[in-house]
Order: sequence, then structure tokens, then C-alpha cells
Amino acid sequence: MEAFLSNIDRVVDGFSWTVRLTLVSALLSFVLGILLTAMRASPVPLLRGLATSYVEGVRNTPLTLVLLFCGLGLNSALGLSMADSVAMDVFWWAVIGLSAYTACFVSESLRAGINTIPLGQVEAARSLGLTFTQNLRLIVIPQALRTVVGPLGSVLIALTKNTTVASVAGLGVQEASREMKLMFDQGIAPVLPTFVGFAIGFLILTLPTGYFFGWLSKRVAVVR
Amino acid sequence: MTSTPLVVLENVNKHFGDLHVLRDINLTVNSGEVVVVIGPSGSGKSTLCRTINRLETIDSGTITLDGQPLPAEGRGLAKLRSDVGMVFQSFNLFAHKTVLQNVTLGPTKVLRQGKAEAEKRGMELLDRVQIGDQAHKYPAQLSGGQQQRVAIARALAMNPKVILFDEPTSALDPEMVQEVLDVMTDLAREGMTMVVVTHEMGFARRAANRVIFMADGQIVEENTPDEFFTNPRSERAQDFLSKILTH
Repeated sequence: MEAFLSNIDRVVDGFSWTVRLTLVSALLSFVLGILLTAMRASPVPLLRGLATSYVEGVRNTPLTLVLLFCGLGLNSALGLSMADSVAMDVFWWAVIGLSAYTACFVSESLRAGINTIPLGQVEAARSLGLTFTQNLRLIVIPQALRTVVGPLGSVLIALTKNTTVASVAGLGVQEASREMKLMFDQGIAPVLPTFVGFAIGFLILTLPTGYFFGWLSKRVAVVR
Repeated sequence: MTSTPLVVLENVNKHFGDLHVLRDINLTVNSGEVVVVIGPSGSGKSTLCRTINRLETIDSGTITLDGQPLPAEGRGLAKLRSDVGMVFQSFNLFAHKTVLQNVTLGPTKVLRQGKAEAEKRGMELLDRVQIGDQAHKYPAQLSGGQQQRVAIARALAMNPKVILFDEPTSALDPEMVQEVLDVMTDLAREGMTMVVVTHEMGFARRAANRVIFMADGQIVEENTPDEFFTNPRSERAQDFLSKILTH
């Protein structure tokens, strides 16, 4: 245990990158997820078709493949670059891969939320003269979001843990599990306490997330 | 009272699959007029009401509002709908917004009124339907009758040319029906143009200028309330009235 604690700086640094990956990807996937949901609810068949194919396609692809596609495919093979330094370049590619993947789950949750809104409210909004986008923005999405706060919390927890895939799937991005593996490789950390230590580290991130979202979902619930 | 035609339906037909729900409907609602539509369930009266702001599309025929044909979709349709108030059977208040926000949403977002102006007018309307003291509650905290009165205030806030009522009291507990009908009767007296689908014969007698009797997707009879209730001409209407007026 002392050997683990003596490397606590590296552990904390690893987790700080996990948090950064998670937060940036969460934000991006949230925005993308709302966009996909809006497209899927739209009266334009082309937009609906595009969004549905995207969600069904990416949601059913293993995250490892999505991240390999970003790292080996777009970044290495096609030479697309997101930043000057290698570390930041892989960071942003990992964010893109994680967001592209997680957005599908955000969209699916939101769609479930939309289905709970009585059609009558949408008709009432239409009757007032609200346009389609106003209806989505003012009536549908706000209520859908409130109903799916709990499920979105689960998506966020999954995303937090999924960041660990980014370092093994071709993108040598810095995050907690990569730090752990490096510590093993360098032979400076005893295996069992280190595993337990990192597992607790993830619990420290995800448990409060779960509780917070549980509390929030009760707080913002729409009473019908 | 003026008698300029405000809502005009000509040869309107609509099908739900094989069911011919509206058959050659011709109807003119004049400005300031209160038209009550009655008839048995499934006669197409709600559908008729909903075609007027295009919540239901029609298969053939024309509908005009103030001389303008209904736009098929887009901003033109949204603009037209802002001139046509609608009050639903199930109230359909926005559950995540307070009573006052329900009333000010249309004016601020569609008519682009300032918030203060919309709230001032909103409070006036809520006071008028005697619910001003509940302005900051959420719909779920109100009784059905109160919710329906808010829905009426929400429609009035848009200064509509006509208000459509689609069975506004059918989902209410009996003791709450009167408070909603009272508000509607006042509106009728003040000269609001109204199309009311209802089973409330008392309201029809009291407030209507004209009663439309529908059966099987057709307008079977059209008359003043006095004439219709005391002397229905068609057999279908006689049969309908004998069933509802005896209990």
C-alpha cells in the first residue's frame, strides 16, 4: 500500500485526465445528443433518416472500434490533426470518439423522455402558433430532459468508465487506467493494492455522480 | 352585430382510413357568432373543430379564416394558428410551466410582447377567469375546472379572432362544469367568436346563436337553439334529443 501511496501524484494526475476527458465528452455528447433527437423528431424524412441511421449504426458498434477508427483511421491513416502536441491531439480524438458514441445513448434517453410528453401539450403549443423549433425548445426538450435526468446520470457514469477504453484502443491518451498500466510496466507498484486503489478512484468519481443525478431527477421532476 | 364571415368551410371531406369522418361540410361562422356543435360520439364534431386550425388535415375542400385559405404548413400556418384560440377537453396546460407562464408563453414567444407587458395582461386575464391568486402554481396543483379556466385565459392572451372549444367540460368533475361554462358564457356575451363542441345543452340554449347538429360526418341540421331544441326537424336530431333530454 505504501508503494501505491508514494505514487499518489501519478494516480491523481491520471484521474485528473479522466475527469477532463469525461467532462468535455459529456458536454459534446449532450449537445450532439440533443441535435440528433431534434432531427429524429423533425417532420423532414431526410433528417429523421440520417439521425436514426447514425444512432443505430454507432450505438451498435463497439466503442473500441469507434475509438480505433478515430485514432488509427482518421488521425494516423488520414493524418487529420486536432492539436499541435501529440498529447492534446490524441486527447481531442478520444473526445470525438467518446462523444460520437455517447451521443447515441443521450439521444435514446431523450427520445424515451419525449415519448412521455402528452401529445395534447404539443398540440396546445402548435395552437398558440409556436413553430416546430420553438415547440421543441420550449415545451418538448425541457420536459423530456427533466424526465430523463436519472438515465442521463447512468450514461455519464458509463462515459466516465468508458474513458479507459481510449488508452487501449490505439489512442495512447493519458487517463487513469493508462497511468495504472504504466505503473505496472515500470514495476513500481504492487499489483493488488494498485488495482484496488484505482477501482476506488473510479468509485469516488461515479458514486457521487449517481447520487447527484438521483437527487436532481427528483428535484426537477415535472408533476403531472 | 357584424356578420362578416370569419371561418368558412366549403365542401370539406376527410377520411380516417376507410372511415369517412367529414362528408361535404359547408359551414360559415360569422364574426361575433357563437356556434355550438352537438351530435352523438363519432359524428365528426371534434374532428371538424380540429380542422379549423389544421390540427387535422383535410382531404378535399377549402377552409378560410378571415378570407385567407389555411396555409399547409410552416410559418404561415403558425401565424394563422396564433389567430385561432383552442381549448381542449384535457386542458393540455404545459406541465413544467406555472399558470402565469402558461398564459404568457404565446404572447412573448409568438407575438413578441415584452415580458412585463405580457405578465400584466396575463394577470388581468387570470383575474378575469378568477384564478389570479393561483398564478404562480403549477398546473398539477390545480383542480380540473381551474386548469380549464387557465387554458381559456391562455387562449385569450393571444387576442384570437375565434376560439375553438373541443368538449371543454367533458373531462371535468360535475361540480366544476359550471365554473367553466360561466366563463364561456361571459365570453359569448362579450362578442367573442366561438365554435363550441359540447354536450352541455344548457350552454347551447343560453349562449349559442346557432346550433349545428352533426351525425355520421354530416351536418344534419342547423338552426337557432330555440328552434332546434323545441322543434328539431330531422329524425336523427329528434332521436338524439330524446335520448339526452330525458335523463
